[in-house]
Order: sequence, then C-alpha cells, then structure tokens
Amino acid sequence: MTCTEFLAMLDDLIDDAVTPQLRAELQEHLHGCDHCEVTLSTTRKTIQIYRSHELYDMPSGLRERLHAAIMARCKKGC
Amino acid sequence: MATIQPTAGELEPPHPDVALVERVRGGDVSAYDELVRKYERQLFRIAQHITQNREDAEDVMQDAFLKAYEKLEQFQGNSKFYTWLVRIAVNESLMRLRKRRSGRMVSLDEDVETEEGSVPRDLADWDPDPEQNYSQTELAEILRKTIQGLPPGFRVVFTLRDVDGLSTEETAETLGLSVPAVKSRLLRARLQLRERLSRYFKRRKASTTSGGSK
Ligand SMILES: [Zn+2]
Repeated sequence: MTCTEFLAMLDDLIDDAVTPQLRAELQEHLHGCDHCEVTLSTTRKTIQIYRSHELYDMPSGLRERLHAAIMARCKKGC
Repeated sequence: MATIQPTAGELEPPHPDVALVERVRGGDVSAYDELVRKYERQLFRIAQHITQNREDAEDVMQDAFLKAYEKLEQFQGNSKFYTWLVRIAVNESLMRLRKRRSGRMVSLDEDVETEEGSVPRDLADWDPDPEQNYSQTELAEILRKTIQGLPPGFRVVFTLRDVDGLSTEETAETLGLSVPAVKSRLLRARLQLRERLSRYFKRRKASTTSGGSK
C-alpha cells in the first residue's frame, strides 16, 4: 500500500468504516510509515479537539427573545 | 457487542421529536419551546461556524426556528426534525455570509477546487498534550482562527459532520450534496485544519522553520 492509497482511506479508518481486512492492511502500512502514522494521529487529535471545545457561547437572552417572537406569531395563528 | 438486526417489516421506534412536532401541530406552543431548548445550542454553533459573525449567528438561529415553526406543516416525517431544522439554518447562514461579503458569491462549491491540504506537508509529530501549552482563551482563539480560514464549503461539512456529529448521509441530505462529495470535502477539511494547527501544536524542541500552510 502506498501513502496515497493510505490517505484515500484515512477518513474511513478514522470513522471506523473499514472492513477488518482493510484495517489490517492499513495497520501494516502504518507500522512501516512514520508520515502516515503522524498524519493519522494528528488528524484524529484535530477532530477530537474541535469536538471537545465549545468555541462559542450562546448569548444570554437569545432564548427569551426567540420565545417572545414565537409567541407573537402564535397569537395570530393559534 | 451484540446488535439486534431489525427484521423486515419491523418498525423502528419513532424519534421522540415526532411526538413533540405533533403536539406543536395540534397547537401546543410549549412543545415547540422544548424543541428550541433541545437544539438551540447546536443550531447557534452551526450558524456561528458558518457565518463567523456573532450577530449573524443570532439572527440565523432566530430566523431558523421561526421559519421552522411557520413551515411545520411542510415538514415530512421522512427525515429527522433536527436535520430539517439544520438545513434551514445552513441556508440562512449562507445567505447572511453572502450579504456580508457584499454580493460576492458564496456557494458550497466555492474554493473547493483548491489543492491546499490535499497532501499533508507538515509531518512533524505533535506534542502529546498540545492543549496544555495554551490557556483556554488562547486555545479557543487558535481554534476559531483556524477554522475561519477554511473555505465555506469545507467549513460547513466539517461543522456538521465532526463538530455537530451528523452522519455522512445526514450531512449529504442536509446540504443537498452527494455522499462522495461530502466525504471528499470532509477529508480535505480535516487535513487542512490539521496542517494549520500543526503550527501551534507540533513538538517544540527542534522547531523547524519551513513554516505553515499559508
Ligand atoms: Zn505512508
């Protein structure tokens, strides 16, 4: 397996969408290739870090304003 | 893990939102409040990620929930309420983004032809715990700045798929893209972010100065 072939399967590997056989082939490539090993681990870390950090707080009062807006429509409709 | 395969003809239990939507249709506004509370954070986050503007994100969230409320009759039970809602929010977000860029076209196809990030270049390994080197504020700033640099068409896919956790199929359905298109954008988005974060997160000792991906 070449690095390009490995890269093409990177997402499926990360998302756990590979067959056991393909997984074994990917693992084998990883053992002999530091570059792909780093690409895999740092890409995983990238996803994990974005998943685990809330970057934007919801502004306070937004829910109340929204509720009021919905109630205003509702009075006309229901 | 043992999984129970659904046999032919067996119905999946209805999603809890179905009952809420039914109650709203029957005139119970409090059921809609419940849906708002359930999804407001996610919707705001998606809107903020796409528009990259706080005011716009607030407006998008408001408008998306209001629109969904008014169009609830058009909602067909064959997709999840949430993905339907996200679709409205994404469209609103792209509209706002377009306005901010004073008429410049913003479409999901913009800039996706770029080759940037399709091949990893910075192959230095990262610090085992790179977050430790930054304060929470610094880290948030780095993460915001980095995702801001992605073309909108990549940013949207990454946000829905990796930040919000929709499946590839749901992301495709929400954006009106094919599954292969979503997959290729996701890979490029992930690799571009990785490349850009490498600047901040790679192991410190022998600082290679070949630079980042700018
Ligand atoms: Zn390789």
